[in-house]
Amino acid sequence: MTQYAILLYTPAPADMADMPVEEQEAHMRHAAEAEDLGGHVVTGFALQPSTTATSVRADTVTDGPFIEAKEVIAGFYILEAQDLDHALQIAKRNPATWRGGVEIRPLLG
Amino acid sequence: MTDRAAEVREAVAEAHRAQWALVLSATVRLARDLDLAEECVQEAYAQALAAWARDGIPDNPAAWLVTTAKRRALDAIRREQVFRAKLPQLLVPDEAGAPDAAGGHPPAPDFIDDPADYIPDDRLRLVFTCCHPALARDAQVALTLRLVCGVGTGDIAQASLVSEATMAARVTRAKKKITAARIPFRVPQGRDLPERLDAVLSVIHLLYTTGHTAPSGDQLLRADLADRALHLSRMLHALMPDEPEVSGLLALLLLTDARRATRTDAQGRLLRLAEQDRTRWDRTAITEGRNLILRGMRLGRPGRYLLQAAIAALHADAPRYEDTDWPQIVSLYDRLRQVWPSPVVALNRAVALAMAAGPGTGLREVEALESDPRLAGYHYLPAIKADLLHRLGRHAEAATAYRAALDLTDNAAERKYLAGRLREVTGP
Repeated sequence: MTQYAILLYTPAPADMADMPVEEQEAHMRHAAEAEDLGGHVVTGFALQPSTTATSVRADTVTDGPFIEAKEVIAGFYILEAQDLDHALQIAKRNPATWRGGVEIRPLLG
Repeated sequence: MTDRAAEVREAVAEAHRAQWALVLSATVRLARDLDLAEECVQEAYAQALAAWARDGIPDNPAAWLVTTAKRRALDAIRREQVFRAKLPQLLVPDEAGAPDAAGGHPPAPDFIDDPADYIPDDRLRLVFTCCHPALARDAQVALTLRLVCGVGTGDIAQASLVSEATMAARVTRAKKKITAARIPFRVPQGRDLPERLDAVLSVIHLLYTTGHTAPSGDQLLRADLADRALHLSRMLHALMPDEPEVSGLLALLLLTDARRATRTDAQGRLLRLAEQDRTRWDRTAITEGRNLILRGMRLGRPGRYLLQAAIAALHADAPRYEDTDWPQIVSLYDRLRQVWPSPVVALNRAVALAMAAGPGTGLREVEALESDPRLAGYHYLPAIKADLLHRLGRHAEAATAYRAALDLTDNAAERKYLAGRLREVTGP
């Protein structure tokens, strides 16, 4: 099994208060869905909206996310899957893809 | 002695052309590392030159090459065992229980006496790995040429119009991603197959069109790339004979390639379909293409490659340009537009419509397409518009359109053609 970080992107500022109820409910079900498909969610986190983010570049501190974009990171989880195809099969079902998208990055080592 | 050396060189070159993918994919299974496998296969081919000159050309050159490459891979693995244990390795799922889409690994056929001569055919896995959607299209093309066709990085760079350093970096990055992200060395199955197969067909088609009409430079035809694409298409068809779109692509390439010798005149000037010497079209290729279409059509609802091939077949069947069945071609374009809603298809349909219903009707369609942003910068649009205006006798407007097309075209043969047409409408 390989571990992947699944980074969830939704429209800025990715505030849970803006998330439709059915999307929230689907997020709650996602880990069980991953297990049903033979994967395993090791751990996962949802984040406060990007309006609460603070960034540091060199020694300058600024308000807001590191990269200004229409979509920002809303959360992430660590997924254990057999291979990239398997991880894709599971990550495609994540509700973040409804209004935004996901990025799949293998963990180093 | 020199005869013999030449014979061996030819045998090695032939084994390289025909068996590279088979030898590499079989070695990958053991080496579990694309770089190591490639290196070992290259060494095996180099070793074959001396060994075959000394011991004679083996009955089964591919088996000889696989055995030699695998032995080298084993040596390397033993040498670097500790080091390799820490590195991620290419994932080669064992699918003994689950057959591949193409039927999986059959047991060694009875007619092979020595089981050691049997090589599991992993070529499909190699092709699907190189064309995985997690890789960018340019990386898919580069990897396919490099790993499936065995083309050197320098040659791939030249064909892709980038520097060798850029191409080498592209190939290295793609191979690293395959290992790090664990793109499996596997043939996709079930629901995933159609989409994944489409990527493979697109890569082969792109290779052919790149070879057929080089985007710039003097040579209209980079014959080698077109040949590679045909070879790949043939290999894919042999491995997946029941996939209609695989038959469709091979048919399309064969029917297009049948006209290869007549696309330019002795001076390298581009000849239109109407001007080509149809007696010199390759009838064997046309017949083979037509049979593939007939068989493919029986396998199900035709997709974009099969429909494009059917259009090419109608052109091939007409003894003279004016005998072409234009209404039938228009209706095939209508079906093509349903499965593949591309503005380029609509543009080609307009050309056929102009032949079936007159240049004025075609021109209206072309003008309607001019506002499509996806066709902005597509030089065939003003070129087609110019030809239609020319046929309607509207010479000044035709000249403007030819100039617009010239501004967008880099290919020397195509520029020469457009400049010639421009002179026809502007007078001496």
